Amino acid sequence: MKKLRTRGHKVVLNRSAGGDAGITLVLVLMGAFMFLPMVYAIGQSLKPLDELFMFPPRFLPRRPTLANYSDLFTLMTDSWVPFSRYIFNTVFITASGTAGNLFLGSMAAYALAKLKFPGRKWMFQIIVMSLMFHSTVNQVTHFILLSAFHWVDTYLSVIVPAMASTLGLYLMKQFMESSVPDTVLESARLDGASELRTFWVIAMPMVKPAWLTLIIESFKNLWNMGASIYIHSEQLKTFNYAIQQIVAGGIARSGAGAAAVVVMMAVPIIVFVISQSKIIETMGASGMKD
Amino acid sequence: MSQGNESFGARLVFCLKGIGTKCKSGAISLIGKAKSLVKRKKTGDSQSGNNASSPVSRTEMTRRQWIWNEMKKNKVAYFMVAPFMLLFFIFTVLPVILSMVLSLTDFNMLQFPHFVGFDNFSRLLLNDEIFLIAAKNTLIFAAITGPVSYIMALLIAWFINELPPKLRAVVTLIFYAPSISGSVYMVWQTFFSSDYYGWANAFLIEFDFISEPILFFKDADWVMPLCIVVALWTSLGTAFLSFIAGLQTVDRSLYEAAAVDGIKNRWQELWFITLPTMRPQLMFGAVLSITQSFGFGAIVTALCGMPSVNYAAHTIMHHLDDYGGQRYEVGYASAIAVILFIIMITCNMVIKKALSKVGQ
Repeated sequence: MKKLRTRGHKVVLNRSAGGDAGITLVLVLMGAFMFLPMVYAIGQSLKPLDELFMFPPRFLPRRPTLANYSDLFTLMTDSWVPFSRYIFNTVFITASGTAGNLFLGSMAAYALAKLKFPGRKWMFQIIVMSLMFHSTVNQVTHFILLSAFHWVDTYLSVIVPAMASTLGLYLMKQFMESSVPDTVLESARLDGASELRTFWVIAMPMVKPAWLTLIIESFKNLWNMGASIYIHSEQLKTFNYAIQQIVAGGIARSGAGAAAVVVMMAVPIIVFVISQSKIIETMGASGMKD
Repeated sequence: MSQGNESFGARLVFCLKGIGTKCKSGAISLIGKAKSLVKRKKTGDSQSGNNASSPVSRTEMTRRQWIWNEMKKNKVAYFMVAPFMLLFFIFTVLPVILSMVLSLTDFNMLQFPHFVGFDNFSRLLLNDEIFLIAAKNTLIFAAITGPVSYIMALLIAWFINELPPKLRAVVTLIFYAPSISGSVYMVWQTFFSSDYYGWANAFLIEFDFISEPILFFKDADWVMPLCIVVALWTSLGTAFLSFIAGLQTVDRSLYEAAAVDGIKNRWQELWFITLPTMRPQLMFGAVLSITQSFGFGAIVTALCGMPSVNYAAHTIMHHLDDYGGQRYEVGYASAIAVILFIIMITCNMVIKKALSKVGQ
């Protein structure tokens, strides 16, 4: 019998040392490709101005400074529309869109996953179809509809459509199917709980990992949304849009721009770090049947 | 038929469960219901192919009545899906339908639309050279970013699967971070900046590969490859997480059994055990990757401006934005949208078919 390789105390089957080495090498190379631009972005934000315009440029700062961040802060306080307004817009849009998506999405997901009503199959099929095309296809007709509602240039133009985003609902439905046992729901119903109550009190607490996943999906879309084509007023524009303006602001603002990029990316990354294990748990149920 | 029987069986079990717990009268009515269902099933079997909605003497209710009953019983379910489905219909389904209708008109937001048949489509395909460039670019872009990001996501997820959990979490973050951090891809513009302060140019000049800085994002030869690289950099998103999770759910004992059965190396293990087991995740990931690969327009616009130099990175998305968002030729833009829509759905269908053969 051939000798079994072990890793730690576990026996590993079918693993050659050469393969391990090769895989590690590929991982390191790919990791560098993914990670170095992030490092570069952070490095740029810590460079004093003279290092940003130095030839030959350095990859990392030699005399790191937080000056760019304080520049960004000054720039923010001096801008025409107060910067707190951009931040408020982003937080408001992100929070209300995400909350609406979570509530409406999970309620519909519960019904689609756990209640056997005629029509649920084709409803779900249409939702899966909607995952198959990118929403920008719709932007022109979307605009016509929004202007028919007189929603152009309001928060509603962004928030309400975001509430009906389908990826979160899809993940929620799949997760409910796999992790909420029918027997639990049945016994709740026998105890006299209404369907809404069963959903809210029994099912929802069981799918907390999926909440987080839905929240980060919705959050990432709304937070990273730049200039929406449906909003013209400067007062309603988002933080991300303002940041892009600073980044595009030319040489004088390079330092502040680099700092702004880091601020912008830090938030979703922190949210993801906190919720990672729950998200992976939800994704276990994400599979699509053929 | 077998599927129908299965779901019927499940329903029966469910009814029987009810008998155990409910009071007697309830149980009797349930048994009655189960019997009527059996009857329905049998008649359905014996005359499958006939018009199911026509009244059949041997069943107490027609299919239509039965559905109506079920609908009434599940009122609350409709109430629960209604808010979401309503918004979904208005903001996703209706725009698609509206695009299809408007694509047959000359609507321009000002005058009342006239029906023009397939004029928009023939103009698009026969007389619009820029559209053809855009279509070519879109297909190249999608054909590279789609498969590459898909395979990259799968391989990386597979490679890191055997790392210890803490390390795996860190590595996951490193690979996933670019896709969630919004406009951080703008840093590529600094890196490939067109002056001497851009790191790439400085590096090439210092080692004498070039003497003049390359205007990376203004050079028709460079924009497409660079945009593809940046797109790939941001592409390890939800599909990647789905693969990581899918790999975690594969039953360890399958691998042991496979080793006994003569699987010799990890590649065979991947092909014969892992991939078939996680086929649902592969499907899901494919759908997301394809959709994503057609949606990188925003990155191109942010990096190269719009229109990009000589339309070198002009995609159908940009063409759509040009006619819809700037020239207000809505009818024409709708035709563009419909074509893009058809391309995306077709791609998805074809890939789904192909994926169902994995590991067979």
